[in-house]
Order: sequence, then C-alpha cells, then structure tokens
Amino acid sequence: MHSDVFDRYHETESFIHRLDPRVKVAVTVAFILSNALLPDGTWLAFGFAWLFLLFINALSNLGIGFTFKRSFVALPFALVAITVLFSIPGKALTTFHFLFWDLTITDMGLLRFLSILVRSWLSVQMAILLVAVARFPDIVHALEHLRVPTILTTIIAFLYRYLFVLVDEVFRLLRAREARSAAEAGARSGGSVVWRARVAGNMAGQLFLRSYERSDRVYNAMLARGYTGHLLTINPHELHRVDYVTTALAFFVILLLQLIGWL
Amino acid sequence: MTNVLHVQDLHYSYHDGHMALRGVSFELCEGEKVALVGPNGAGKSTLMLHLNGILNGQGDVTVGDKRIARDNLPAVRAMVGLVFQNPDDQLFSPTVFEDVAFGPLHMGLPKDEVTARVESALQAVRMSGFRDRLSHHLSVGEKKRIAIATVLSMNPQILVLDEPSAGLDPRARRTLINLLRELPITMLVSTHDMKLVEELFPRTIVMDEGMIVADGKTKEILADAKLLEAHGLEKP
Amino acid sequence: MHYSPAPLHIPDGFLTLVVSLVCWVITIITLSMAISRTNKSLGEKQVPLMGVMAAFIFAAQMINFPVAGGTSGHLLGGALAAIMLGPWAGMLVMTAVIAVQALLFQDGGLLVMGANILNMGLITCIIGYGLYRSVSNGSRILKLTVAGIAAWLSVMAGALFTSLQLWLSGTSQLQVVIPAMLIVHALIGLGEAVVTVTALSFVLQARPDLLGENSESAKGSKGWVVAGIAISLIVVLLSPLASTNPDGLNRVAEDLGFINAAKSGAGPFAGYVVPFLANTSVSKIAAGTLGALAVLALTFFAGRALQKKSKTVNPKS
Repeated sequence: MHSDVFDRYHETESFIHRLDPRVKVAVTVAFILSNALLPDGTWLAFGFAWLFLLFINALSNLGIGFTFKRSFVALPFALVAITVLFSIPGKALTTFHFLFWDLTITDMGLLRFLSILVRSWLSVQMAILLVAVARFPDIVHALEHLRVPTILTTIIAFLYRYLFVLVDEVFRLLRAREARSAAEAGARSGGSVVWRARVAGNMAGQLFLRSYERSDRVYNAMLARGYTGHLLTINPHELHRVDYVTTALAFFVILLLQLIGWL
Repeated sequence: MTNVLHVQDLHYSYHDGHMALRGVSFELCEGEKVALVGPNGAGKSTLMLHLNGILNGQGDVTVGDKRIARDNLPAVRAMVGLVFQNPDDQLFSPTVFEDVAFGPLHMGLPKDEVTARVESALQAVRMSGFRDRLSHHLSVGEKKRIAIATVLSMNPQILVLDEPSAGLDPRARRTLINLLRELPITMLVSTHDMKLVEELFPRTIVMDEGMIVADGKTKEILADAKLLEAHGLEKP
Repeated sequence: MHYSPAPLHIPDGFLTLVVSLVCWVITIITLSMAISRTNKSLGEKQVPLMGVMAAFIFAAQMINFPVAGGTSGHLLGGALAAIMLGPWAGMLVMTAVIAVQALLFQDGGLLVMGANILNMGLITCIIGYGLYRSVSNGSRILKLTVAGIAAWLSVMAGALFTSLQLWLSGTSQLQVVIPAMLIVHALIGLGEAVVTVTALSFVLQARPDLLGENSESAKGSKGWVVAGIAISLIVVLLSPLASTNPDGLNRVAEDLGFINAAKSGAGPFAGYVVPFLANTSVSKIAAGTLGALAVLALTFFAGRALQKKSKTVNPKS
C-alpha cells in the first residue's frame, strides 16, 4: 500500500517511548552539541558517550545494537575529510604511493580524521534513535514548543502528511515508465541521458500540477472547517515530573562527558 | 418544521464562462435526509461549495437564520459540515486527533472542550480508538469516516457529503450506510450509488445541466423510468 | 525503495561550531524575512500551498534517472521551487524539505542544518529566482534557457559554499574539495537543469497562469536579480581561483582566525604533494572556460535587467 521506508518509528513499549517528545529532542541536540565540543582525540570521553548511547538504546527496548546497525549511513561522506590525514603536520606514520605522488599519513592527521568520524558516527546514532522512539508528528509538536515558527512546523507537518500520497503518485508514474521501458533484443535501449532527464522532467511537471491543484482542494477543506488564515495548533502533550527528572539527569551526564573530555 | 437551509435562485459561472448553476432553489427542513443525484457535470459539487460560502454566486443561501455573507462565513461553516469526495484532501493533519480537533479549535473553543468534542465525534463514527493514529496509515473506508468526524466535531446543523460511498468495498460501504442511518442530523448527500439512495433517503433532488429537474419522494422518482433515463440515471 | 544520502548534505561532526553558528545566523535572519514576506503576499493560501509543494519537492527528488556507470542524477529543486512559487516561499519550502531529510533520514546533520539550509535552500533559491526574474517578461525560449542555466549554477553554488564551509572547518583541503565537489556537481547540475527546464516547460504549457503576470513568480523585485547575479559571480570567480591558488585564500582565512595554522598545515606545502587537479593545465583551462562562459552569460543578464529598468523609468506616453 504505502512505502514504509518513511516510517522510522518503532512502536514499542519503553520508558523512553513514554517520555515527552520535547525531552527527546532536547537531549538529542545536547548530545550532538556535546560531541561537537569535545576536542580531538579525547577517546575516553568519546567512549563514555558511546556507552551513554548504548544505554539509551537498551532503555528503549529496541536492542542494544539498534543504532549501531544503522549507523554507517553517512559513511560515504567521510571521503570529504580524507585529505586531513595527509595535511596536518605531525609525526609521519606511513607513506604510500598513489598514482604519481607520495602521501604521508601523520599521527595528528590520523587523530583528527578519526575524531571527525567518531563525532559524526555518535551524533548520527542519536538522531536515528530520536525518530525511532518519537513519532514524527510528536517531534513536530516538540519543535513548536521549542519556538520554531509555526509556519515552518506547519509546512513540515503538511510535508509529512502528503509525502505518502505524493510518493504513491510517483510510484505510479515510475511504474508506468517501467511498463513502457522495453528493450528489443539486439538494439540499444534506454535513450540518451538527455531524453531520460526529459522524461523525468515531464513527470516532475505532471506531479507539480497535481500537487498544486491538490493544495487548492486542501485549502477548501481548511476553509470548510473554519480556517481564516491564522493557523492554530493543538498539542496533546504535557510535561510530567519524570520528564523533568530525566532531562536533568541526561544533561548532567552530558556535562560529565564534557568534563572528562576537557580535563 | 423549521428551515435549516434555504437556497434561492442560485446562479454561478466559472472563470472560463461555463455556467455551472442556472437558478437553483430548494429548502431543507430539520432532520431531513436528502439525496442529490445527477450526471457528472450537473453542478452538484459546485452547488455544495456554495452551501458554506466557499463559492459565491448570485442568489441567496440562508443557513438557519443567517444569510451567507462575507462577515459571517466562520459561523456558517460551523453550521454546515461539508465533507469532500477525496478524503486525502479532507485529512490534512498528521494525526487523526489533530484533524478532528481542527474545526473546534478554529472556532475558538478552549483546549478541554476541543478534546471532548474530538472524543464524541470519534464515538459518533464508531472510531474511538483511532485518536492517535497517523492519517496516512488508514484505509479508504476509515479515512472517509474520520473525514465525517472532522466536521461532526463542530456540531453542525447540516451534514453535506460529496460521494461518500465512492471507492469503498462492500463491507466499508455497509459500515458507512449504517453510520449515516444512525446520525440524527439533517443531511444532503450527493451520490451515484442509487441503492444507497433507495435505502437511506426519503427525498431526492435530481440535477442536470445546472438546474433542478426533479425534487420529491425518492420512491416516485425511482419509479419514473423516463425521468431517470433523460438524466443519465439508472434504477437501482 | 531505497533512500540514499546525497553529496551536499553535510552530516554532524564535519563543521566546526563557529562555522555552523555563522551559517545559522545567516539562515535565521533570511528565513525570518521570508516568513514575513510570504505572509504578506500569499496570505491565507500560503500554508496549504507551501505544505503540499514541500511534499512535491521531496517526492520529485525521488524521480531519478540513470546518468552513467551506476550513478543516478536527481533533482535538488531549489531553483524550481523559487521559480514556481516565488523566492521567499521557495526558501521556506526548501527549508522544510531539508529539515525533514535531516530529521527523518539523517541526510544532513541537526546541528549543521543551518549550513545545509543555506547551501541547498537559500543560495539555490536566490540564484534560481534572481536569474529567472531578469527574463521573466521574455519569450518562452529565453525563460527556459535562463532557467536551465540558473538551475545548473544553483547546484554549483551549493557545492561551492559547502566546500568553503568544509575548508573553513579544517575538514577538507581547499584545493582538493573544491575541484572534487564542483566536478561531481557539474554533472549533477546538468541533470538539474534538464529536469527543471522540462518541468517548467510542462507547466508553462498546461497552466501558464501559474507563471504569468499575476503569479508569485513574477512579483519579486529587481533586487533578486542583483542578488542572483552577485552570488553567481562569486561562484564563477572564486571557484577557479580557489582551485588553482589556494595559498592566498588560506592565508586570509588564517588571519581571520578561521583556520588554526597548526591544524591545517598552512604555508608552503613543501613536503606534501598536492593532487593533480589543482596543478595541471587541464584544470586551469577548464576553470578559465567556465569562467569566461559564465561571465558572458551574466553580463547579458545584467544588461537585460538594466535595460528593463530604463524602460520603466521612461514609460511610453
């Protein structure tokens, strides 16, 4: 029916699941910030940060290896930082020959490179956990509470709501394209890149018009229920004592991480 | 019997000049359940969009004691609950709760009252457990019922439905029919489903080419084979 | 269906806090302006329109097409969004798309989202709309050609600014990251151009009123043209310069305190051989040709924009 790839939420009973979404968003941001603040090479602090992450994984009843399994998604981007290995002065570790020049990896270069990777790796896992333990509409509510302008959160909410509808339409367009993308034996099929891009462009144009006209109908539906231009939202969440206590504890741990890193 | 809806000599043409309504007049009394039938292009949807002021043609539309005008649109829209054909257009919030709460929230009701209205509207459509569900996870039949709930939460006086049974499988259709039968509210329903008309609606209005060509007891209209054929309808 | 990260979405950990913060400040200021402007121009309809459009851009990004050897191109959408919806609405829509990509798919980090929004949402819209606006009263062919160039340049600009941020954070070396990013995105940009032009052409044919005189698309002020050209010039002039003469820029960055000299190994790169891209004549020629072509095109646009200005000053009597 729908593409479930967009459903990142894992429906489970757990302490973490029950917390107010604001707590989860705040702790995620604080954790990522903490990683960014830790200096290069503070392996002890990074290690404890990872333990903290594993602990929350377990507390969410998702299995201790939940985020680990999914954490390599941003790895290709590491290529961008690879020059750091060779460009930071320090003690030479090893030299090797690549095409027509010599590259020397230094200890400082390696330290920095690995630190970048570890920070990124830890942060992305917390972000993965966030959407697994908080439903996306709740995350949007949390953003509203954290003073993100309503117009933006509303657009995001609409995006999420209509994404599935539009993706279904895209699938139908893609399937129609598939059905007409035959290949005859012996002949080279596929058309030129330009032609393929044009087909894609036509599909995009078609999708645009359908979306535009849909937005008109949605506007009418909003009018029919009393919308006069000023959007109101309702937030079914309330903060309880457990939320405050958990947030305080989490922030305390993160502060501890910073101390370990800087001392 | 009190008049809940009074439409007087309504005319409307679209921007491209096409005359969609050519002098439509009729009345609805409190508690009446009326079917609106006719071929595609007859002007049924256009007429419905006039009933809550989304479209504004020449003529009068009076809801209760209010004649629809620019300054009383919010009040009118709380009285006339319009449910569109495509539930994906009607359900625009991420969760069911937010969609059903939208109406009462924009009426200015306080949070507690809004929550209470959501509960009772969901109960009225027999979907109390769906409060926290995500809209895009629902089946077509479920979406259609939630769509009805989104206007019921405003406690309207009239329910106007555009093709409610279109696209439903037999079971979902049966659930919908039972629901419509039980709701004690004035109703105007546009549909191609003649069996639905026969089962639920004592009165039928037939529209064709922007005009009302028949308005009377369903039994009589469905027995008039010539009338049905002239306007592209079939006996159930 | 598999959703895979794209090369311009910077993850957390690759930018320093300073760089990230500066980008956030620029982004927040620009978005505040966008919010108040769209409020005035679109009014009630803005919410459903921008919301569904944001879903459209997101979904359209999934219409991919095979380019070569297993890679596929796909739409970024900034130029398209800005041309179809107007610049401010385009920015808000792209911001929502980037936010959802980061939150839901970890495509782009959370703390560095300010930079990602700047690169992929703001700059692309400014260039996309600014250049298109200069010919929005022109013929269909002219509009489509300019839109294509604008789309290509917007992708290049996004790539350039991403590279600059990575360099200023000490994550990448200037002379490596700029050529690498720009070459990859020159190809992606071609795809963007073709898809943008085709989609635009489709809409111009089916619903010309959406892009006509009274549309959001035509209502932006001339200031956008100036901004669009300015940023395009930066892209065009800075890219070859940065690729071939990184030392000067590195020194400036050190003076400003961005790069810690000890960390980046600045100064003469005596013991370190730099990859060939920055030193051979090939890259110099490519950069020069690119620059010349772009400057020619931009001069043309500037000329048109100025021409329009003088027309309005002396109205026909």
